[in-house]
Amino acid sequence: MSVNKDIFQPARDFNYDFQSAGQPPPGWARADRLPDALVPTHCCFCGVQCGMYLRVADGQVMGVEPRDSPHNRGSLCPKGVVAYQQVNHPDRLTSPLLRRGGKGGRLERATWNEALDYVVQRWRALQAAHGRDAIAVYSGSSMANEKCYLMGKFARVGLGTRHIDYNGRLCMSSAAVAYARAFGLDRSPLPMTDIPLAECLLVVGSNVAECFPIATNWLWRARDNGARLIVIDPRETPTARTADLWLPVRPGTDIAVLNAMLRQVVHDDLVDEAYVGERTVGWEAVRAAVEPYTPEEAERIAGVPAERVVAAARLYGQAARSLILHARGIEHSSHGVDNCLACINLALARGQVGKPGSGTTMLTGQGNGQGGREVGQKANQLPGYRHIDQPEDRRFIAEVWGIPVEELPWEGAAAPEMVQLMAGGQIKSCLVACSNLMVSLPDNAVVQRALQDLDLLVVLDFFLSETAELADVVLPCSVWCEDEGTTTNMEGRVVKINQAAEPPGEARRDWEIIAELARRLGRGQYFPYRSVRELWDELRRASRGGVADYAGITWEKIDAQGGVFWPCPSEDHPGTPRLFTERFAHPDGKARFFPIAYTPPAEEPGGEYPFRLTSGRVVYHYLSGNQTRRLGFLNSQAPEPWVELHPRAAARLGISDGERVRVRTPRGAMELKAVVAPTIRPDTLFIPFHYGHAQAVNQLTNPAVDPTAKIPEYKVCAAAVERLDVPPGPGVAGPRVNFTPATAPKMFPYAVGESRTPPEAEGKVY
Amino acid sequence: MAPRTLFVDPSRCIGCRACEAACRECDSHKGESMVMVDFVDRAFSVATQPTVCMHCEDPVAPCAQVCPVMAILITPDGVVQQAEPSRCIACRNCVYACPFGVPKLDAQARLMKKCNLCYDRTVRGLTPWCAQACPTQALWYGDYETFVSQRRGRAVHHTVFGAQEVRTRVYHVLAEAYPKLDVVALLEAARAEVGRPERGREEAWVL
Repeated sequence: MSVNKDIFQPARDFNYDFQSAGQPPPGWARADRLPDALVPTHCCFCGVQCGMYLRVADGQVMGVEPRDSPHNRGSLCPKGVVAYQQVNHPDRLTSPLLRRGGKGGRLERATWNEALDYVVQRWRALQAAHGRDAIAVYSGSSMANEKCYLMGKFARVGLGTRHIDYNGRLCMSSAAVAYARAFGLDRSPLPMTDIPLAECLLVVGSNVAECFPIATNWLWRARDNGARLIVIDPRETPTARTADLWLPVRPGTDIAVLNAMLRQVVHDDLVDEAYVGERTVGWEAVRAAVEPYTPEEAERIAGVPAERVVAAARLYGQAARSLILHARGIEHSSHGVDNCLACINLALARGQVGKPGSGTTMLTGQGNGQGGREVGQKANQLPGYRHIDQPEDRRFIAEVWGIPVEELPWEGAAAPEMVQLMAGGQIKSCLVACSNLMVSLPDNAVVQRALQDLDLLVVLDFFLSETAELADVVLPCSVWCEDEGTTTNMEGRVVKINQAAEPPGEARRDWEIIAELARRLGRGQYFPYRSVRELWDELRRASRGGVADYAGITWEKIDAQGGVFWPCPSEDHPGTPRLFTERFAHPDGKARFFPIAYTPPAEEPGGEYPFRLTSGRVVYHYLSGNQTRRLGFLNSQAPEPWVELHPRAAARLGISDGERVRVRTPRGAMELKAVVAPTIRPDTLFIPFHYGHAQAVNQLTNPAVDPTAKIPEYKVCAAAVERLDVPPGPGVAGPRVNFTPATAPKMFPYAVGESRTPPEAEGKVY
Repeated sequence: MAPRTLFVDPSRCIGCRACEAACRECDSHKGESMVMVDFVDRAFSVATQPTVCMHCEDPVAPCAQVCPVMAILITPDGVVQQAEPSRCIACRNCVYACPFGVPKLDAQARLMKKCNLCYDRTVRGLTPWCAQACPTQALWYGDYETFVSQRRGRAVHHTVFGAQEVRTRVYHVLAEAYPKLDVVALLEAARAEVGRPERGREEAWVL
């Protein structure tokens, strides 16, 4: 839960003075201006993609009005309400910036010609000297499908580099791999409107209330119908606070609890044998694999009282329709794929997946987190969720793009590996769009060195992010409502973003900048776009016949239906809100069980580091905070990070509430305020991750990644917390290290096909 | 049909302050929030509580009763308006009189301000901004019958302060008297099964 003005600014009297209640946003003087028009669009923030109207007057966005979309029914969270204030924000970048004096110099205003010529000339020289792969593209998922698609095409056709990946890698790539393995297709199988049909909701590693506030309303609708809520989380979040049952799990040990619940379901004879026999493969191995996980064993590993595990298994197992919702809490792990598969095992054994209001669902974090991972900006993917190693997929895409198939690069490095390659000098230049690596990547001292050592760092952004501060060239682009396009929300619903304003000053739309770069690189014939709609139509063609088939989704259909769910293979197809109702996407139509064993996190408490540090979100901020930390209302609620710890731990260390303390891990230390409250496990520390520079929790986090998905382990590492007057320890007695990036399974470069294990190859996915 | 009004259910409140952000968007007092969200006691819980004007009905709103210049007017449908700017003398009587701590004095404008149930929106049949935005519908706008048919909890609109009882237009939602699920019994049964009949071993997770 959030620390806010009540705690941070106790001296301010908020009850009797309006002037002190947050800063008014810019342009507030025009408060009495009535709108000329309401532009229908969706929020720019999280994966729910709430519908909203923007109030426009004199070509300027001046406010927001509720819009009754099927998934948010007119509600908005505080981020959504103030999202529009980014448009005329004084911090907006309005002209290109260039570091003229080289690395030591300052970022100075430049013309577009000067900036783009400089970039193109440097890229040409670098590629001539070090090969095409010396340049990388690091993209993002908080932008429209058309832009994500263009980034993938620009890397592979414009630059001809194999290194393109995106920040969705840090978000939920482990869930994507798990769904592809188990079901043969990676998408949430249900629309949110199905949630009220469930009789039992099991939330695993998700603070739904703060991260997806609007999705919470669907949970409450289910509870109004009598549904039970079970929450597995190391913190008593606002979600866990009102749950029927809270399982306070030790960070990184969820598999022990999930397996013990499945074992209890087996012993209570609640397995749906008919479903398991008819629709799944591999149950016997899983039944045997979970047998050692008694409730007592779960208590020993995960610290959850055994009786709560039994009670949870019973509540879950006895519900006719049960739904598991999981998110970053289990996905940000060095065994994130296994965590998600353990959830899927539970739902499959109960025969839930493919039925209305039941099964499993992932809560995708980024605005276009679903779309961003299927339109071809992932290291191993081509548009339409095609795999870059698959010969027929390569031929198809090469033909759509009009290039010889031999020119299409092979799989490149995943985002965390890209940083290693930058640090190692193999990658000389990087184009960053829609990402803030300095806040978002783990162990950011290494990230900073890697970025500073680049010959040329180019950043596209509309605010000067912590990453843009390190750039050699910054290109000012548009915020979401200064352009149009589509996004795919966490349900797989494709929605339409409409333009409400023009980019300010000299800022340009992202796709115009990328197309112009391609033209100057001499590849303009492949990027002849005059509008976003042309990009969208090309994306539809490129996805035709793929797993994520957008071929039949027109903008008109999106408007008429309130969004269209992929797959939608033809224009007369209504889209597919519920998946797997008759068959799974594997060739034999059956879902796969995978036996999952508990593996400890890469780093466990030990020596001088007795705590487990976990990081997460607060409701007022979005991802790296580059947008929300600039919005007065949001930032005044949570202006700086804090560390939450249990009163018992605090008493032992002599720490009092509100005191500034030091948190230390083997990678670094930071000072921040302590919030002492019994809403967290006594062996766990929590720090929110939205802040930069000395306030970034990613100075401390562990860069270990999941072997398949390459998702970093943000959610657990060993840490110490101490008073400022205690001298920092000598750093001798380290934590227990189970593996490091160096001893982890093989990283980039892969041989062709190496990154695919048989189940994926069979399912032609991921 | 009963009149549409606000229902405040703190058990659903996630403390996100969407209501505060949304209240600031209202045309009648743009930039200022008339809703407050507070932690009940952050040292023990993440529980939060939204406070809106309760629009007292009986006795007639205390804020209006104590106003020496009759600046606080009440519409025929029972909505207590914020002070009329041409009359308000910024004496703060209303601030002290309100049993719920709602009216606020804007020292610069020398004017009492408070929630007027988004009168500009509600007269047109729209929902007040706070309840419109509220992600969990902890603030819910509608009539009593619809509430009872769709939601859990007991809606009450009588609050007792010592000897005085106030009936309000806005409802508070209390927990159900008899919860449908007996979690304690469920845990007791499970506890016996895992061979741990005594209570108080709940905190296996203590360091």
